[in-house]
Amino acid sequence: MKTYLPSRFLVDRDQSRCIQCQVCVNQCSFGVHSYDASDNLVKANEANCVGCHRCVVFCPTNAINIRKNTLSYRDNYNWRPEAIEDILKQAETGGVLLTGMGSDKEHKNYWDHLVLNASQVTNPSIDPLREPMELVTYLGKKPDMIEIDQKTGTLKTEMPPQIKLSLPVMFSAMSYGAVSLNVQQSLARAATESGTFWNTGEGGLHKSLYKYAKNTIVQVASGRFGVHSEYLNAGAVVEIKIGQGAKPGIGGHLPGEKVSLDVSKTRMIPQGTDALSPAPQHDIYSIEDLTQLIYALKEATNYTKPISVKIAAVHNSAAIASGMVRAGADIIVLDGIRGSTGAAPKVIRDNVGIPIEMALASVDSRLRQEGIRNQASLVISGGIRNSGDIAKAIALGADAVYIGTAALMALGCTCCQQCHTGKCAWGICTSDLALTKRINPEIGAQRLSNLLRGWSIEIKDILGGMGINAIESLRGNRLALRGMGLSDTELQILGVKMVGS
Amino acid sequence: MKNLTITSNPYNDDKVVDACSIFGMMDTTGRRFSGKDVIRAIGNMHVRGNGLGGGFAVYGLYPDYADLYAFHIMYLSDDAREEAESFLSCNFRIAHKEEIATKPIRAIKNPPHVWRYFMEVNKQSKTQGQLDDDYVVEKVMTINTGLADAFVFSSGKNMGVFKGVGYPEEIGEYFCLEDYKGYLWTSHGRFPTNTPGWWGGAHPFCILDWTVVHNGEISSYGINKRYLEQFGYQCTMQTDTEVVAYAVDLLVRKHGFSIETLARILSAPFWADIDRMPEDQQKLFRTLRQVYGSLLLNGPFTIIIAHEGEMIGLTDRIRLRPLIAATKDSVLYLSSEESAIRLISPELDKVWIPTGGEPVIARLKSPIHSVRKQVAATKR
Repeated sequence: MKTYLPSRFLVDRDQSRCIQCQVCVNQCSFGVHSYDASDNLVKANEANCVGCHRCVVFCPTNAINIRKNTLSYRDNYNWRPEAIEDILKQAETGGVLLTGMGSDKEHKNYWDHLVLNASQVTNPSIDPLREPMELVTYLGKKPDMIEIDQKTGTLKTEMPPQIKLSLPVMFSAMSYGAVSLNVQQSLARAATESGTFWNTGEGGLHKSLYKYAKNTIVQVASGRFGVHSEYLNAGAVVEIKIGQGAKPGIGGHLPGEKVSLDVSKTRMIPQGTDALSPAPQHDIYSIEDLTQLIYALKEATNYTKPISVKIAAVHNSAAIASGMVRAGADIIVLDGIRGSTGAAPKVIRDNVGIPIEMALASVDSRLRQEGIRNQASLVISGGIRNSGDIAKAIALGADAVYIGTAALMALGCTCCQQCHTGKCAWGICTSDLALTKRINPEIGAQRLSNLLRGWSIEIKDILGGMGINAIESLRGNRLALRGMGLSDTELQILGVKMVGS
Repeated sequence: MKNLTITSNPYNDDKVVDACSIFGMMDTTGRRFSGKDVIRAIGNMHVRGNGLGGGFAVYGLYPDYADLYAFHIMYLSDDAREEAESFLSCNFRIAHKEEIATKPIRAIKNPPHVWRYFMEVNKQSKTQGQLDDDYVVEKVMTINTGLADAFVFSSGKNMGVFKGVGYPEEIGEYFCLEDYKGYLWTSHGRFPTNTPGWWGGAHPFCILDWTVVHNGEISSYGINKRYLEQFGYQCTMQTDTEVVAYAVDLLVRKHGFSIETLARILSAPFWADIDRMPEDQQKLFRTLRQVYGSLLLNGPFTIIIAHEGEMIGLTDRIRLRPLIAATKDSVLYLSSEESAIRLISPELDKVWIPTGGEPVIARLKSPIHSVRKQVAATKR
C-alpha cells in the first residue's frame, strides 16, 4: 500500500562540502543515506529519517543538516499534523501505534513553575568550594526512634538494611534486551565509580555484570525474567516492578528478534521467543498479595536488603503508596507520566498517569499525615532533566531520583523516539551487534560519571546558596520552594506558597 | 492567645526571623546568685537587639515550692485571667498564686499583667496512665491556643521565665530580677526582622522546665517543622526557637537521649568525621543521622538550652553564629560576646571558643535532690 505519510525531516547536504566518504551511509541505521556510484553522489531517502542526528555528528566535513519538514497543512486546532498522520499510519497498518521514550505532549511541567530560595542577610550562604557540603543519602526503612545502651553508649536498636548513595541520583530500570549490554555495563561502571546504583530492569543480570552487584538494584517484574536465588542475592536492593510511568497498567513485549543467545541466557527463556511481561503481576491482585511477595523476597534474601516497590504515578497514588508502606516496602518508587520506555502504545504513554511532581507531593504529604514517612524512602522518576529538577524534587519530599532518559542522553541519545524499532543509530536501545558496539563502556561510563559529577557540584551550589550544608535539610523542606503561575489548588497539593508570599 | 499563629507571625512569613544576643551563667555547685550580673552582661550586648524582646530564665528560683509546677501566665485583660484561673482550678490544685511584682519604668509600655501559680496536677482529670508532664504540656497548649488574651510564659518546677517587649536590661529591671536568686540563668536580647514583637514571642521559649534561647536563623526550619508535626507537635508560633524546644522535648523527654546525644543530632557530625570514628561510634552516629536527619538544625545558630541542673551551649556545625565559653571557679559562662563575660568577671580561669557543633555542657556537681534540699536549707 502506498503510504500517504510525508517525511518528517529533510536532509540538507551541502554538495560543496560532501567528500562522498559514506560515513553517513554507514552510520545511519534507518537507511536514509545511500551512495550512488554512477553519479558519485550520496543521496538521501528522507522518508526514513527519524532526526537522530547520528549522521550530522559523524560527518567529517559538516556537510549535513537535518531540518524539520515544515509541510503546511491548512490550520486546524483540532486536526493538527500529528493527529492526521497518526490516522494515516493506522489506516495503513491496522495496528496499535507504538512509540519509545517518554511522552512528548505539552503536559504542564511543574518543575518549570517552581523556583528555589537562597539566603540573603538574615542567614549566610555557604561556599561549597570552601566548606563541606553533604549529599550522602541512605535509602531504606528507618525506625521511629532508636535506643542507646546507657551503660556502654552503643546502639541497641537493630537498623533495617540501608543503601548509601553518594548523591541522590540513581540510574533507573532499563533491561538487558531493551538496552544493550554495553549500555548496562556503562551504567554499572558509572554507578560504581560515582557511589550510586543502577537498575537491571526486568531482564535479569548478565553474568559479566555480577562484579558490579553491590551497586546494582535487581528488578522482579511481572515476567519474572532472569529471577533466581543468585540474582536476588547479588543485588543491593530488590525492586518489585508493578508499573511504569510510560505505560501504567500495560505489560511489556520484547520481540523475539531481540532475544539473542546472551539475552536468552540472561532472561532464562528460549532464544528467539518473544518475552512477554503480563500487565499485572499475576500473584499480586491486591495489597495483601504485595505483602506476600515483599516478604517472600525478604525471606529469600534473609532480610539483608531493602525491598523496593515501583509503581506508575496514577490518580490514587497517595492511598496506594500508603498501602505499599504498610505492606512492608522499604523504598517506594513513583514513576510519572513523562517517564520513558523502550516501547509502549502511544495512546497509553501520552494519556495515562499523572505528572510526577503532583504524585510526589501528595504521597509525601500523605505518608507524613499518617506518621509513616520514615518507614520507607521515596524515590521518583519520570523526565528528570537537570540538577534543578532534582533539587526541587528533594525539596518536595523525595529521598532520591532515578534518571533514565538523561542517562541515555549522556551516551548520545537525542530522543528520536525510535527505541521500539530496535534500530537505534546511537547503539543504545538495540540488540543489533553492529550497532551496540557503538557504545564503548569505558567512554560511556566516563560520560555518565561526568554528568553525575556536574550535577552534584550544582546541587551543592544550590544547597550552599540556601545556607544549608546537608541534603537532608532540603529533603521535604517545601519552604525552599515557591510556585509561579499555579492555581490555588495546585499550590495546595504541592504544599508550596506562591512567589512573593 | 487565641490565634497564636497570627499573633506571632502577623505577615504569614515562612517563619519568624530574628537575631540576638544570648548569655548564660551557671554555678555548678548549686550556689544561688542574683540576676544583677546577668542583667549587666546581657545589657552590655545592647546593640545586638533592637528593643523588641528580652527575657530571662532562672533555675533554682522557687525552692519553697520546688515540687510544684510553677506557671508564669501573662494576661491582656482581667477577663482573660478569670477565664484562665477557672480553667486552672478545674485541672490543677493551686497551692499559691500571686501577681508577679514589677517596677514601672518608662521604656516598658502597655505591659500585660503577669501572674505566677504554684500547682499540682489534678489526678482526677488526668487520663489513665498519662504522665504529669504530658498533662501539663497539654494544658499549656490549651491555654496558649484556646484562651483569648492569655499566654503561659513558663510551666516548669523550681524555675521561671520572665520576658517581654523591650531591651533585656529593661525587662530585667521591670521584673526586679536583681531580687531573685537562681543557680542557673539564661537571657536573651532580641532583634526580630519581621514582627512588631509581642510579649510571648520573646525568648526564652519554655516548655515544662526546658528553656531555649536562640540566636540565628534555622534554614532547615521547613523540614524540622514537618518532621515534628509527625509526632504531634504543632508549631503555632512559627519561630525557629519553637522548633528547637520541641526537638529537645521529643529527643530527651520522649526518646530518652542524653544531652550529648541531643547535641549530636541537632548539630550532627559530618559524614567524613563519622567515617574516622571507632567502629561502634561510627555505627551509632551513622544511625543517628539516618534516623534523625530531619532534625539536623542547618543554618546559622547558637542556642543555650537549660533545664533542671543542666545548661548546654551549642552552635551549628560550622559555627556561623558566635559562642564564647568561660569558667571562673565553679561558674560556667556562655555568651555571644566575651566582653559581656569580662564585664562581670574580669579574671577568668579559662576562655574558649567551642568549635562548631561541639556542645558545652554545665552540670550541677551533686545530684539535684540534695541540691534542692541544700538550696532550701540555705534559704531558711
